[in-house]
Amino acid sequence: MPDAPEKQAIISGIGISRVGRKTDISHLDLTTESATAAIADAGLRPEDIDGIATMGDTPPEEVEQHVGGRVGSVAMVGTGGLLAPVMGAFLAVANGDARHVLVYRTVKMMGGSILPPSGGDAPAPPRPRPSARRAGGGGEGAEGMVNVMGDMAPLLTYGAYSAANWLAMHAQRHMYLYGTTKEQFGALAVNSRRNAAFNERAVYREPMTMDDYLGARPVSDPFGLLDCDVPIDGSIAIVVSSAQYGADCPNPPVRVESMGGSRGQGGWDQRPDYPKMASIDAAADLWSKTDLTPADVDIAELYDGFTFLTFAWLEALGFCGTGESGPFVERGTRIALGGDLPLNTYGGQLSAGRMHGYWVLHEACLQLRGEAGERQVEGAEVAAVSVGGGPIAGCLLLTR
Amino acid sequence: MSSTEPSAKPPMPVPDELTQFFWDGVARHELCIQRCQTCGHYIHYPKTICRFCQSRDLAGERVSGKATLYSWTIATQPFHPFWVDKIPYTLATVELVEQPRLMFMSQVIDCPEEELEGGLPLEVAFVEMSSELTLPLFRPARG
Repeated sequence: MPDAPEKQAIISGIGISRVGRKTDISHLDLTTESATAAIADAGLRPEDIDGIATMGDTPPEEVEQHVGGRVGSVAMVGTGGLLAPVMGAFLAVANGDARHVLVYRTVKMMGGSILPPSGGDAPAPPRPRPSARRAGGGGEGAEGMVNVMGDMAPLLTYGAYSAANWLAMHAQRHMYLYGTTKEQFGALAVNSRRNAAFNERAVYREPMTMDDYLGARPVSDPFGLLDCDVPIDGSIAIVVSSAQYGADCPNPPVRVESMGGSRGQGGWDQRPDYPKMASIDAAADLWSKTDLTPADVDIAELYDGFTFLTFAWLEALGFCGTGESGPFVERGTRIALGGDLPLNTYGGQLSAGRMHGYWVLHEACLQLRGEAGERQVEGAEVAAVSVGGGPIAGCLLLTR
Repeated sequence: MSSTEPSAKPPMPVPDELTQFFWDGVARHELCIQRCQTCGHYIHYPKTICRFCQSRDLAGERVSGKATLYSWTIATQPFHPFWVDKIPYTLATVELVEQPRLMFMSQVIDCPEEELEGGLPLEVAFVEMSSELTLPLFRPARG
């Protein structure tokens, strides 16, 4: 198998800001904290950074002015979803367009927007402009993200305002087809909370029981409050470097085995294989570029904006068969820190907080570096990371 | 705008060249779905090109309004002021009988929660949500 270009990239540094709910810390301050930490962790100075990439708040130009480095030229990968800037950084260093790329994601509670600001705190009004999806065809980045969501407009018209609604319908279909139970979703949430207890940055660390889970306020049946991730303020940054830098890296370099992405056809509700999602296509893309198999994966950090999304990723990535994610996580032993496939070891977005896919990446790096403290999975050498749901999905296979 | 105060203003669709036929149909209380005039496949949401045969000869056609329940969720938290005094309501993905996997996002009305189940036969009903907005919703088919 010819080497995929992303194998020429390493993650040389990681950084995380203060994290919390309603912190009153500005986007820029959060970003500065994570970015400076990541650059130092990589053993670099800001002037070594010759590419900056992100998606959402705090534009790269602001980071260039306040932290340093050069924005440079990093093209977003059109199929990467929220991992598009990370994947773009991999390719930029592989192409020689940059040597060290700073990638970050900063979110503020309901912010971290990938959509244009709507004004006020009400959701943006529906804009059924399917033609806009084709405007500027091939345009990527934030604009591309808006475009791919064009089919959302009819959902909004019907009062399906939240991803909680859209994904609850996927979860319900999964329950109908495969007998998946609410308690099985709960096993995932409880496992994540147990892991969060070992993560001093996690926002929810107190023990959660299955009764707590089942008794939570309903949001969009079958989802209750504890099926939904926790909005937080925070920022996570990584430095992506060309593999040659690995020898000079002060910390163990994290290697990139392969990446996969999809902006699947069918939007939120028109896939012929519903309730499968773009994660299926992204995972197939990932495995097509490596000789490793799901059995080689030591830890899985899989997106959990909602419990069901992790179930979808477990199946998409081949850790279990179609429809088998419920039994897979049942009782929580297999996915516990000491289990066959430790899952969302830092507490996940459900308990640690919503970093829109960047905390899973940060945690995978920590684990592969052997620096995850009390929650360290001994001998973790291969990590799967996944981000997204519905029509957008990206995933990575990282190694020590 | 506080998210806890009911608002009479619904989120309004803004028809464009691709969706005008749909809203014109709704005004006549007809459910219309885009159909490829070359290969006969229905296409939803409306597009400019048929994903089955790449024809650009597409037109809105009235469908029967018959469907089965594919999936659903009972929304108990409003995410927009218009829906505050309308929760709980049942959001649904329904499969129109005209074509397998021709899914239509809507709501199910007049159906107790315990009767919601996959495959439930449904029929379209045009419901005035406000003086400005009528939507095609679905209810259990009669007879």
